[in-house]
Amino acid sequence: MDFIINLLIIVRDAIRYFFTSYIPQLIQEFSNDFYLNFIKEDRWKYIVDGLGVTLQVTLFAVLIGIALGFIVAIIRATHDKTGNLKFFNWICHIYLTVIRGTPVLVQLLIIYFVIFGSVRVDKVLVAVIAFGINSGAYVAEIVRGGIMSIDAGQFEAGRSLGFNYTQTMIHIVLPQALKNVLPALGNEFIVLLKETSVAGYIALEDLTKGADIIRSQTFAPMMPLLAVAAIYLAFVMLLSWLIKLLERRLRNSER
Amino acid sequence: MSDKKRLQMEEMKAVWEASGAPLIQVKDLEKHFDDLHALNGVSVDINKGDVVFVVGPSGSGKSTFLRCLNRLEEPTAGEILFEGINITNKMTDINLHRQKMGMVFQQFNLFPHMTIMKNLTLGPMKLQNMSKEAAEAQAMQLLERVGLADRADAYPNQLSGGQKQRIAIVRALCMKPDVMLFDEPTSALDPEMVGEVLAVMRDLAEEKMTMVVVTHEMAFAKEVASRVIFMADGKIVEEAAPAEFFENPKTERLQNFLAKVL
Repeated sequence: MDFIINLLIIVRDAIRYFFTSYIPQLIQEFSNDFYLNFIKEDRWKYIVDGLGVTLQVTLFAVLIGIALGFIVAIIRATHDKTGNLKFFNWICHIYLTVIRGTPVLVQLLIIYFVIFGSVRVDKVLVAVIAFGINSGAYVAEIVRGGIMSIDAGQFEAGRSLGFNYTQTMIHIVLPQALKNVLPALGNEFIVLLKETSVAGYIALEDLTKGADIIRSQTFAPMMPLLAVAAIYLAFVMLLSWLIKLLERRLRNSER
Repeated sequence: MSDKKRLQMEEMKAVWEASGAPLIQVKDLEKHFDDLHALNGVSVDINKGDVVFVVGPSGSGKSTFLRCLNRLEEPTAGEILFEGINITNKMTDINLHRQKMGMVFQQFNLFPHMTIMKNLTLGPMKLQNMSKEAAEAQAMQLLERVGLADRADAYPNQLSGGQKQRIAIVRALCMKPDVMLFDEPTSALDPEMVGEVLAVMRDLAEEKMTMVVVTHEMAFAKEVASRVIFMADGKIVEEAAPAEFFENPKTERLQNFLAKVL
């Protein structure tokens, strides 16, 4: 009997301690941490500025990636279908092999330290170029797959009406191909957003680097890193949602 | 198409019309796929208003022959004169002449990402500078003729096979072709839908549209054709008016073939 009462007392004290002492202590620690990492010396600016840089790099790299990817995909698909453009296809093939066969971080470092080694250039620009060129290779293969997946009959129908190769591509094949590859393209852009986190290697102050700078000043790594992770997650979820929305709109136009 | 080119084409067409030459003249046409000789010297004249049916066992080259007529297959050798112009010449802009040669495929090949109306107006608007209103009016008129005016805003996926094929025929007609090429137009259809497509084709034949039809529908060939061609091993084996062709076949190949399919 005594044993049970003692046990209950222990439990009661534990609960009391938890609510009166531990939780306030935790809250205190949390707010101290928060103050130290974000408020003190305006450290939140590292995060906000870094986010701006990350979004800027991602956005422009996506644009370059799309442009480059489509050009390469069309050259490759044209070669596959007609046997023309042998030389350009050869160049594209080398581009794809090299870019997809080496790590993006190495590409970034080469572009920054080797190609732009002797000139002063904006690091954001270097990152945009590096990630854009990298993304283009993946976009190209996605889009080429989309073009090749369109039934040959679609192509023949266009040609039989009198459309030339380019017109058939623009009016008939690409709209269908694009719709088919939209999920894969969206995925590629999500990967790109996260991949830009290695830009800190060329001392570009992006979102991840921002967190790292705070960590190196405060020696309290948890808060800045978790905050940055949450921000990436939020943007990835937002992107996924947008892509789903777009997909649904495109599908609606068919049924 | 630029006005200059269009004018040039019309001039050449006038010269051809005055000469009284056939609409399509095929001379010694050959098509090789690597080692396979799909066509071994095919020569035939198709006159304006002809309804030519091409029949034969599978692998006889009849589809290849049809697809060579608008150069969907590039002939290996030989010549095709269409309205007096050698369209097998690499210098000829085949795209201009394809507008005058409507083609209907076994698998319909409608554009699934466009409404029926868009399917029908894309060609006339982009290739023949037709206004949207004129193209839609023309499409509507043709849709009414095939009894599908109420499906103008539907998408191809919402139609039955027979309806799709009728739309495909209308799509080709919207370009105002001088000849219609049919590549086994009823082979992919459920049996109960064959009739509605054949009815549209019968209509066209009665209007004196020049037609080249590759098909397995022997009864239909007998009824509608002005001429039937029998192909085997990439050659024309026999060619005759339908009555003669079906009642009194000359070659043993054709006799055997007819015995199997009739």
